[in-house]
Amino acid sequence: MTSIAIGVGVVLILAILFMIFRISSLVGLVKGKESTDPYNKVNAFLFMVFSISSIVGFLWYSYAHFSEYTLPVASEHGKITDNLFWITMGVTIISFAIISIAMFWFTYKYQYNPNRKAEFIADNHTLEIIWTVVPAIVLSLLVFKGLRVWSDITGPAKEDAEVIELVGQQWLWSARYPGVKDKQLGQFNYRLIDASNEFGLDLTDKNSFDDFKSLELHVPKGKEVLLKIRAKDVLHSVFLPHFRVKMDAVPGMTTFFKFTATKTTQEMRDELSNPKFNYEMACTEICGKGHFSMKFPMVVDEPEDYEKWKASQEAWLKLNPEYLKKVPEALKEAAMIKAGLPLDVKIGSTVQTVSVNN
Amino acid sequence: MAATVTHSPAEVHVHDEHGHDEHAHGNFWTTYIFSEDHKVIAKQFLITGMIWALIGGILSVLFRLQLGFPEANLSWLKPLLGGWLTAEGKIDPEFYLALVTMHGTIMVFFVLTAGLSGTFSNFLIPLQVGARDMASGFMNMLSYWFFFLSSVVMLTSLFISTGPAAGGWTIYPPLSALPQAISGSGLGMTLWLVSMALFIVSSLLGSINYITTVINLRTKGMTFTKLPLTIWAFFFTAIIGILAFPVLFGAALLLIFDRSFGTSFYLSDIYIGGEALPNQGGSPILFQHLFWFLGHPEVYIVLLPALGLSSEIIATNSRKPIFGYKAMVGSMMFIAILSFVVWAHHMFVTGMNPFLGSIFTLLTLIIAVPSAVKIFNYVTTLWKGNLIFTPAMLFSIGLVSFFLTGGITGLFLGNSAVDIQLHDTYFVVAHFHLVMGSASFFGMMAGVYHWFPKMFGRMMDNRLGYIHFWLTFIGVYLVFFPMHYIGIAGFPRRYYTWTTFETFSGFADLNMLVSIAAIITLSAQFIFIFNFVYAIFRGKKAPANPWNSNTLEWTTPRLPGHGNWPGEIPTVYRWPYDYSKPGAKDDFIPQNVPYSETPESNFPFENEQIKLELGNNGAIVVENKKH
Repeated sequence: MTSIAIGVGVVLILAILFMIFRISSLVGLVKGKESTDPYNKVNAFLFMVFSISSIVGFLWYSYAHFSEYTLPVASEHGKITDNLFWITMGVTIISFAIISIAMFWFTYKYQYNPNRKAEFIADNHTLEIIWTVVPAIVLSLLVFKGLRVWSDITGPAKEDAEVIELVGQQWLWSARYPGVKDKQLGQFNYRLIDASNEFGLDLTDKNSFDDFKSLELHVPKGKEVLLKIRAKDVLHSVFLPHFRVKMDAVPGMTTFFKFTATKTTQEMRDELSNPKFNYEMACTEICGKGHFSMKFPMVVDEPEDYEKWKASQEAWLKLNPEYLKKVPEALKEAAMIKAGLPLDVKIGSTVQTVSVNN
Repeated sequence: MAATVTHSPAEVHVHDEHGHDEHAHGNFWTTYIFSEDHKVIAKQFLITGMIWALIGGILSVLFRLQLGFPEANLSWLKPLLGGWLTAEGKIDPEFYLALVTMHGTIMVFFVLTAGLSGTFSNFLIPLQVGARDMASGFMNMLSYWFFFLSSVVMLTSLFISTGPAAGGWTIYPPLSALPQAISGSGLGMTLWLVSMALFIVSSLLGSINYITTVINLRTKGMTFTKLPLTIWAFFFTAIIGILAFPVLFGAALLLIFDRSFGTSFYLSDIYIGGEALPNQGGSPILFQHLFWFLGHPEVYIVLLPALGLSSEIIATNSRKPIFGYKAMVGSMMFIAILSFVVWAHHMFVTGMNPFLGSIFTLLTLIIAVPSAVKIFNYVTTLWKGNLIFTPAMLFSIGLVSFFLTGGITGLFLGNSAVDIQLHDTYFVVAHFHLVMGSASFFGMMAGVYHWFPKMFGRMMDNRLGYIHFWLTFIGVYLVFFPMHYIGIAGFPRRYYTWTTFETFSGFADLNMLVSIAAIITLSAQFIFIFNFVYAIFRGKKAPANPWNSNTLEWTTPRLPGHGNWPGEIPTVYRWPYDYSKPGAKDDFIPQNVPYSETPESNFPFENEQIKLELGNNGAIVVENKKH
């Protein structure tokens, strides 16, 4: 019933508006030749009002809400890119302000006046050269600064960088650490993926024995971290907003991003005086219906805490001992030692368990 | 073509009484449906484009409802959305992605490519270069009907049970290749690809025609340097289209192979739905290269016609020549060339070799220079002009404003190091909606208001136009400007909701403002639609040259018939921007007025042209061209 009433109301309002339109255009016809003059003034005036109020609004909001729209930065390269961002912001705001003010001022100042004639100005080479060359110089400065930063960011990581693998899939992330014993990530193969072996770990590679999985991204403060990123199904993208890190995860291809965290989670909590603060990792490449929910918690530790945390993690193989059967016979003992499986008595029984499971 | 219908003014008058321009030949079908007349085809493109714009706009309001009012119960939309609403009356997250995807596809291709370029290239090229029609009327007709077919297929895909394509308008595989990844990649994606293939055929047929017509069918005296900037813009647009669209066709074809015939162009090492797929060796990055090889030029396919239209409108309504005609042409040419070598700036963080990133940063920021030149030229055209704010002029000024606001943020995004943080956030959404979406849309609106009198022989209502402009102009800024803040704060695009993340928990107020502004902006378009439809039938009769403009289309009768000019095609003697020439009686001198008739306003070098005009026993001597 209400919807019918609303419908009738809308129809009536539209009908009234139409009547007003009809009457006013008929009045216009009766009055004779319609002159655009009054409206011309109104439009010129509105441009002035618009430009002033939008500039005031822009400056006010940008100032008053600064801390809401700027994320604190917590990585070394992030400080540099943020710096470049604000330099670019300065350049753009200055040029934007000059051009906008000129344009809206002209619309007001040179509004139609039947007693005036426009000036016939077809071109002016000096002016044109100036405004080609000046932007070109400013842009090249920005470009060269940007390119230096870019090549630093994308350059090779340090030998001793902490390597962590991030794997995206619909719609969750997982991290794989190389393990404290060999500090090497083991090989993987997507054909080996199954319900338990979600990384597709290749257990014929001895480096895989002590690799461990984590459902949180732990990173040490002050040490370079090299993310090795891949995806299992469709494109995803690793986004660490506070670290200014973003890199797509591509099925069939490993991508890399290196960065150094500068603030631990605790330090950031203190800085923001928000004891509940946590770093988060998001997905920024459309990947299906759960795209918006691919959150991966992240923790930045002091280096010693980080080492402790790593040492406390159980190797994947230890948690999934039935996969020992995929390990070549010759490596089995090494595998058990590296994975931290009890070696002495239980070889036989573990193997038996596996066969029973089969 | 020789047997052109010629209307005497009296005849035209009689026809006007019926509100139609009935042509001598042909029945209803050949005149209005399968017409080969460029003006009718232009109107067909325009009206189809307007319908698409409305659909695309409504889709955007639907997903803005979700983003602005995440708690709202939308079950009142049940009649429209049916099963795409969840039990709690929310939009289904997968359908949300479909909405975003279809909004992008529709707006970029169906509205701003076909609706803009299709309408105005068709309508203005023959009228402004002085031709009876397009080089091939038949191909032109095919171009529209391929577009129509493509539209039907795309529209159908909105109504199938698995939903339309939902992998983003960029349809990156593997998401777009695997129906198990998202249901829109089933039949919906197939229809998307079929529709785009038809669309590309339509676009190519149109572009070839535009280029041929501009090169071959210019009237006597219409040298390239006397072409209005609109024609230059359409000409470059068509060239870009011919070079870029086939690449999209190739990319789509390979995707079809991957989807249906088991090839691995884009697929490799995929484990999905509990099984490892056999595809190996392909690369999703390859698709991105191919897609953006079209995708970036596409930005200029959308933008250049709008810039061309607004150049013409701003000069006319400033009563002043466009500032730096040659620089305008040069910068468009430069933009057209550079548009082909900047595509990978969409891919800085896709895992592409970082060295390529450096090259594309450099090339991308170079393209900012000609764009800046264009803005300066627009602003200088306004300087010391005598500005008449017709609705078309208002929309053109709005275009320049958007082009500036949106273009300038390209300096952030084009710089690879800064782009790392901003990539795929709302900053990008703000950037391209202003610089290419809104600017081009405003160009299209400006074009409709300005050329409506020549299309339909009647005037649109100015006051409704003003209201339409101000609501839309302020509305668009309120929609897209706040997105810069949301983007700097890191909010990723294509998110159904941000509440999962603490980092992105703010800005509920700003998002609500954006959504309200979007609804108001969409509603304001109904004022335009009313104005448009009403004016077609009941608008005030237009004079032949309502804006006192110089270009050739205004020398045709009020409603040009088939063949455009009764009698001979006018000859062109001067460039199209002789506005407010010192010494001249009027503040405009149309292109077809010879210098010999305007001794009072000629510059010395123009007086020399008189000899050429009068030489050879009064016949017109045209450079390097014999008739």
